[in-house]
Parts: sequence; C-alpha cells; structure tokens
Amino acid sequence: MKKFLATTAILALGAGSAMAADDVKIGIILGFTGPLESITPHMAGGAELAINEVSESGKLLDGATVVPVRADSTCIDAAAATAAGERLVTSDGVNGIMGADCSGVTGAVLANVAVPNGMVMISPSATSPALSTVEDNGLFFRTAPSDARQGEIISDVLKDRGITSVAISYTNNDYGKGLADSIKASVEAAGGTVTISTAHEDGKADYSAEVGALASAGGDALIVAGYVDQGGSGVIRAALDTGAFSTFVLPDGMYGTVLEEKFGSELDGSFGTVPGTDSPGGNTLVEMADAAGIEGTSSFVAESYDAAALLLLAMQAAGSSAPADYMGKVMDVANAPGEPIYPGELGKALDLVAAGTDIDYVGASSVELIGPGESAGSFREYEFKDGKITTVGYR
Amino acid sequence: MIEFLNALVVLTNFVLVPAIAYGSQLALGALGVTLIYGILRFSNFAHGDTMAFGTMATILVTWWLQSLGLSLGPLPTALLALPVGILVCMALVLFTDRAVYRFYREQKAKPVILVIVSIGVMFVLNGLVRFVIGPGEQRFADGERFIITAREFRDWSGLSEGLALKTTQGITVVTAVIVVAALFWFLGRTRTGKSMRAYSDNEDLALLSGINPDRVVMVTWLIVAGLATIAGVLYGLDKTFKPFTYFQLLLPIFASAIVGGLGSPLGAIAGGFIIAFSEVTITYAWKKVLVYLLPDALEPSGLVQLLSTDYKFAVSFVILLIVLLFRPTGLFRGKSV
Repeated sequence: MKKFLATTAILALGAGSAMAADDVKIGIILGFTGPLESITPHMAGGAELAINEVSESGKLLDGATVVPVRADSTCIDAAAATAAGERLVTSDGVNGIMGADCSGVTGAVLANVAVPNGMVMISPSATSPALSTVEDNGLFFRTAPSDARQGEIISDVLKDRGITSVAISYTNNDYGKGLADSIKASVEAAGGTVTISTAHEDGKADYSAEVGALASAGGDALIVAGYVDQGGSGVIRAALDTGAFSTFVLPDGMYGTVLEEKFGSELDGSFGTVPGTDSPGGNTLVEMADAAGIEGTSSFVAESYDAAALLLLAMQAAGSSAPADYMGKVMDVANAPGEPIYPGELGKALDLVAAGTDIDYVGASSVELIGPGESAGSFREYEFKDGKITTVGYR
Repeated sequence: MIEFLNALVVLTNFVLVPAIAYGSQLALGALGVTLIYGILRFSNFAHGDTMAFGTMATILVTWWLQSLGLSLGPLPTALLALPVGILVCMALVLFTDRAVYRFYREQKAKPVILVIVSIGVMFVLNGLVRFVIGPGEQRFADGERFIITAREFRDWSGLSEGLALKTTQGITVVTAVIVVAALFWFLGRTRTGKSMRAYSDNEDLALLSGINPDRVVMVTWLIVAGLATIAGVLYGLDKTFKPFTYFQLLLPIFASAIVGGLGSPLGAIAGGFIIAFSEVTITYAWKKVLVYLLPDALEPSGLVQLLSTDYKFAVSFVILLIVLLFRPTGLFRGKSV
C-alpha cells in the first residue's frame, strides 16, 4: 500500500511537470474578500483579459497556453495572503504573480514568498511609498504610481503657477501623512517653503482652530491632503469663511464633483491633481472590457491588464517563462525606445518581440516604469473655473 | 498703531469670534445639563442626543418651510422652524420621562443608576436620529452667510488683515444672551422658577411647603428641551449638523458644567466660555499676532503654538481634572460630583 501511494505521488508529480512544459501559469492574487472585494473581480477580469488575449494568439513561447490561477490576498491579513502566495508558487507552480493589491499584503507576499522563491511580482494597485525602497532582488514591479509621485507632481504644478509658499493640512492617517510628507519634501527640494504641515481629524463639525493655526503660519495656498466627504471640506469651509486662504490645492482624495455643489465659484482659482490619463489605450481597454462583461472604468482595471501583459511580454522577450530569466526584461518591454503597444495589440507585440524588435508597452495606463520598477503615473491637473472642475492638462 | 490694529483684528477673527460663538453654544448646552443635575439630581448623558433630536426636528421643519418658499430674508429659515422643533423635542423628553425616568424616580433610585439609564436613553435617541435623518452631514443654513466678510472688512478698514463675522455667529450670541436672560428672570422672579430652586435646594422641605414635585420635574424637562434644541440648532447652523458630532459635544458640555459647578446656572455659562476660550487659545498659533505686536528683532520664527490642534479635546479633560482636584464643587460652588 505504501509503495502504491508513493508511486501515485510520483506519477502525479510527473504529470504535473509534464503539463507545466507547455502551460504558462499566471497567479492572480487579489483581495477577493475584504475591503476591496467590490473592485477586485474587475481587476482580475482585466488581468485575465490580457492573459486570454495572449493565450488565444498562440504566439507566446511557440504556442504556450496561458492559464490564470486566482488566489485571495484578503487585502488586510498578511498571514492569509502569504499562505495564498505560497500555494500559488509551490502547489500551482505559477510562472509569475500579478498582485497583490493592498500595500500591506503586497509587502508580506513579496518578503515571504516572492523573494525566497525568486518569483516575479507585478502589483497593479499597491501605492505605498515604502515599497519603492523594499529589498526585492529586482523581482517586484508595479503599474501603479507610488503616493510619493503625487507629491512631486503637485510640487511641479505649484512651481508652474509661481506659488512658492504653502501650508499643508492633512487627514490624520497613513494616506494623509504619507502624501503630506512627500509634498513637503518635493516642495522644499524645489526651493519652495512649507510654512506648516498639520493634521486634521475627520468627522468634526468645526475646524476653526485648525484653520487658525494654518492662517497664522500663512502661505500663498493651502494644500488639503484629505477626503472630500470628510474633514477636507470642513477645513476649506472654515478657511474660506475666515478669509484665511483663497487658493486651495486639492490632491486625489479631495477630487469630487461634490466640491462644485458645496462651494461653487468660491473655489475659483483653486487646482489639484488626480490620477488619470489621456492615453488612447485607456479607451480601447474600456471597450474591450465592456465586450467581455467587465467594468472597464472600475479602479485599477487598466493597471491590472497592464501588469499581466508586462509579465507575458517579458517572458516572450527572454524566451523563457522562468522568473530568473525574464525578470530583467520587464523594464525593457515597458519603456521606450520601441514600437508603442496598446491594449488589444498583444499578439502584434509578441510577434515583434519574437522578431527581435524593441517594443515600448504603453498599455491602458500609459505604463512608464521608473526607479525601482514602478509606474511613473500620469496625473490629470484640474482647476476650478466658474464653479466647475475643468481639466488643465496631463502630467 | 496700524500694527496693533492688525494684531487685534487677527486675534478677533481667529480667536475671539469663534471662541465666543462656541462658548455660547457650550453654555446653552451646559445650562441644560446643570438644570437636570440640580433638580433631578443625575448627570444626563442623553443631553447631546437630545440636542441632536431637537435639531433634527427643526431641520425637517426648515426643509418643509423652504419647500413652501418661506424664508426670513437674510436670516436663516431655521429660526422660524425653531419653535416647532422645541415643541417636538419637549414632547420627546416628556415621553422619555414618563416611560423611563419616572419609574426610577419613584423607586428613589440612586443617581448612578439614573446615569446608566440616561446612557441607555442616549443610545436609543442616537439610533432614532440616525434612523430618521441618516448618519451623514445635513445642511440647512440659508439666508445671508456673512454680516461682514473678510474681504469687505479689509476694503473698508484699509488694514491688511480681514475680519469675518458670520450671520450664524451673530445670531448665536444674540440668542444666547436673550435665552440666558429669560432663564434667569424665570428662575429668579416667577413662582414656578422659585419653586424649582426650592426643590433643588432641599427636596423634602420643598415637598412639605406644598410644592408639586411632578410639576417641577415637568417644567424642568420642558426648559431643558428648549435649551437643548436652541443650543443644537445654533451649533448646527454655525457649523454643520451630523448626529455623531452632537454625541462628541457631550465632553466639552459636561466639562463646562462641572468646571462652573454642577447645579449652578451661572457656573454653566462661565464654564462654557472658559472651556471654549482655553480650547481655542491653547491650540492657536500666536505667530501672526506676535509678529504684528513685537518689534522686528523679537519676532518669533516658530509658530508659537502651545499644543497641536489634535489635542483640542484633551484641553477640556485637563481643565476638568484640575478643577476636580482642587475645587471639586466647581468655580461657582455647585453641588459636589
């Protein structure tokens, strides 16, 4: 009996490896349960769109089929995410991981699974600045920009508008603090001054004390790194009422048409940034996704598609689906120079790569990987004109 | 001279005006708490949510009036709806008294039991308000927003600093003065008011001299409902209405009442202003004022802020602790807690 079991096990293992020879497996580890469970199915759908496109073209590595394998990162439970990642690598034998979604679990999977096993990970949505400096042996990439990036963008916008001294009020959590710190660092590096950077608590009725401190410190504009439905609007209200500030800078958390209803033309002259792109690829993907029954406009669907596409294109460029072989190719296929590649053109891209032509994967989210392999991120600059939000341009 | 005027304007705009308005709102709230404590002898934790309930009723009537196209011109329509809101709130507190508090009063329950009971009432009211109007922020202020805006003041005075005075801040102070004057007249001059004070001073003696306790209790609740609704509506007009913030108001309100001396109406008013002024002045960054006042050589480079604004609520706590440690009966010799 013992012998029989052992033989079956060996046979099963053999069968498994035989399958893997012509299959490329991509692990999709996202929080299918937990705080992001409403958007993750669309993100996975986006990634699978790219996987199916490549698989159906039959052009990857001389006709390999690509199979997606889903796993649950839970978004918040690092232990569960690590176990799920471990399963993908050891029992499913994936060749690359698209994920994870939230910054915390992404760091955990990277440190506990990807780095020890030499597995490549491309996250579509982890934005924590901490992941830029994490020890990753060149295995980790992301198609989402770091929050630190928005600080630089805002600093650029301020410089272009000739504003040199600003006060910052941020919502008292990791997002607000991280963004405020990155804005402060960028503004000061660009030669501007930050007169004060102070927190506000969400959900209060009255922000006159906070605004009093901000007004005393002074500045040409007030940067409100908060939430539009929370304290951010309260701070703006109090600042407008007391005449403390008349120009506001509003990062992504403060973007919302509700500002038009609440303040109307009182905010004229204020401006801000929000992630966004005018790349033609974005619209193409939305059409493709809609045809496949996925909500293409949902958050991070474009980034998910791009993450999966990058994994597969890098494999093609390396001529191998082994992570150690293709990890060095991810930056090559993502960045210029080369033929620009948009969603729906993955088949063409595979042909070009196989023929030895350089490609520049633009994709749905205008992918441009910088620094340690993270998206440069494109932001839309908007301003208030006659009480309406109008787009100024893209950065 | 101009420097001095600028400093004065900055101080008024960012410290005096907000603190006086906030202090008036706290004082009205603390008066309600202190009356309940003085006459019914327990700390009413449901007071914040009574305020929320009265305000909610007023908001609903305001919306109805607005839909009819009625308004008070430059004044907020909510003032027109306020009497109705007070009546609804009175009906509610009389109902809770009949349904809940009367039972414990007849049992001669200890004050601590009544405190726990009031916490129960607080949760029920809390849920009721959220159920009717929702947990989100509601806006019901209309009419002219400002008596004078910062820009108008700057243009008019020629100073470099602006002074904004909101209509709601003006209304708050005026209403608070009228209400407090009326309350003191009632307690000091009318027969019912005197009987309430007698009942508060010595219950048994008051009963012996023929004072009807049920009547005293009822009148107290009616006054408290009125005060709570007025305080809540003024706060909501000046800031915003959100059920949760009314629950949070409990702390500064109780701090005001205790600092002034529980059971002492005068103390409640003083306490309200003490808490409001310390919250605002201790967390204010004095840099701008000092830059105007001091000669150039002495100008501060830092913000001159004693405490970050995050610690606003901690200020109420600390004052409360100091008063309880050194003068447990409060500044105006109220009842010991």
